[in-house]
Amino acid sequence: MEKGKVQINYDDVVIHVDKVSKSFGDLHVLRDVDLKLYNGENLVVLGRSGTGKSVLIKLISGLLKPDKGDLMVLGEAVNRLDDRELRALRQRIGFSFQNSALYDSMTVRENLEFPLVRNKRNLTRAEIDKEVEEVLDGVGLLRAINQMPSELSGGQRKRIGIARTLILRPDIMLYDEPTAGLDPITCLDINSLINEVQERYNTSSIIITHDLACAKMVGDRMVMLLDGKFERQGSFSEIFDTDDERVKPFYDYNFIV
Amino acid sequence: MGSKIEKLLIEFARIHRFMMSFLREAVSPPYEFKEIIRQCYEIGWKSFPLISLTGFIVGFVFTKQSRPSLEEFGATSWLPALISIAIVRALAPLVTALIASGKVGSQIGAELSSMNVTEQIDAMEVSGTNPTKFLVSTRIVATTFMIPVLCFYVAGIGLLGGYLSITAKDDLSFLAFFTQVFNAIEIKDIFAMVLRAVVFGFTIGFASSYVGYYSSKGTEGVGKAANSAVVSSMFLVFIEELLIVQLLSLIS
Repeated sequence: MEKGKVQINYDDVVIHVDKVSKSFGDLHVLRDVDLKLYNGENLVVLGRSGTGKSVLIKLISGLLKPDKGDLMVLGEAVNRLDDRELRALRQRIGFSFQNSALYDSMTVRENLEFPLVRNKRNLTRAEIDKEVEEVLDGVGLLRAINQMPSELSGGQRKRIGIARTLILRPDIMLYDEPTAGLDPITCLDINSLINEVQERYNTSSIIITHDLACAKMVGDRMVMLLDGKFERQGSFSEIFDTDDERVKPFYDYNFIV
Repeated sequence: MGSKIEKLLIEFARIHRFMMSFLREAVSPPYEFKEIIRQCYEIGWKSFPLISLTGFIVGFVFTKQSRPSLEEFGATSWLPALISIAIVRALAPLVTALIASGKVGSQIGAELSSMNVTEQIDAMEVSGTNPTKFLVSTRIVATTFMIPVLCFYVAGIGLLGGYLSITAKDDLSFLAFFTQVFNAIEIKDIFAMVLRAVVFGFTIGFASSYVGYYSSKGTEGVGKAANSAVVSSMFLVFIEELLIVQLLSLIS
């Protein structure tokens, strides 16, 4: 499954992480991290568990505040926005959670309606239904519209989680471990969906993963988080063409073992 | 010692911020009417069976236990007045609040905390919606409104229990019983009952939502949140009862 051709505008930086540091107590997770995401690009962030990959996208979405440094997202300094401004910016950022984070007391339809009716209050009932059905159809799960999240499989939950973020037509997508805990075939489906989202919705995305097959399939560029810093970046082969003992096991485990 | 004081101060600051956030979201439009009604149903309507049983038994047993003391003075005819004062002034709001602390408090604490653990609260935040408005304000408004409703119901069902306890030994008509009941209580007693119930309702909603919303992660966090929602709600209800009694006696 080849990745389609996408237009990346390298003159337009949609996310700029500028010398950001974040610690939890004595644990220094990110140290003076720099990162740029360009318009239309799928950027994969690789790294071991607990290296701060998820922390990075939580900082970008304003769920966490950095100790130091600046985070510019779509031209706005996330760490300096008040609640109202942050809420407005978040409508342009889609966040797909590792465990999907579907609202388990609501049906699939209600899950998708939830952000829509609260952010676009002038929509009619018919328009809401049309939007929900269109996005669900886009992720291939229109048939699940009246089901509860507990009735869905892991892969279906992931798709619904992505659909819920797409309903607001975000400019940026943040995927936290999109293939974690899924079987290989479902992983391929999710990777294809990530590429489809990039092409169809013209999104710029950050994909957090340690699944190298996923990284290879969806990434236009990759960065690797090592000891709290992005020490390696470039294409897949550029990242792994190294004798660095911190990097080699990644490749070995995914493609040799 | 220094770090304990620091932790306590941070906790107070967080409670203050939570309170301000609730007040801001509760009064500012758009309002989540549909969710408030759903919460009123969950908190109020679904508590009716338990609250009915408790209210009835409290009224029945209290009357039964009070009878021997009054009998010694040949004053059993005062039973309706005695139980109406006891139920309206003290028992109804307190029993309602304690039952609600257990049933509603644990429900709110566990629900919000499991939403926190499974990142559903974060998901609401990152989708540009306001979890405080949808999850917290609605629950606090619902408890503040429904506990007084339940309290009136407990008073009624408690008095009914009292009436049945009296008629087990004495011959007393329903009309005569309630005439004595209403003659014994004053409007200020009703006001005090409503005041207590509103304060208790707000406290249960606020304390349970707070511990659930800021629970620690993991399944252990859910259990702890449910437990501490009940314990903190009950503790605060008793403290408030003490303060309100002092306040009302000062006023009167």
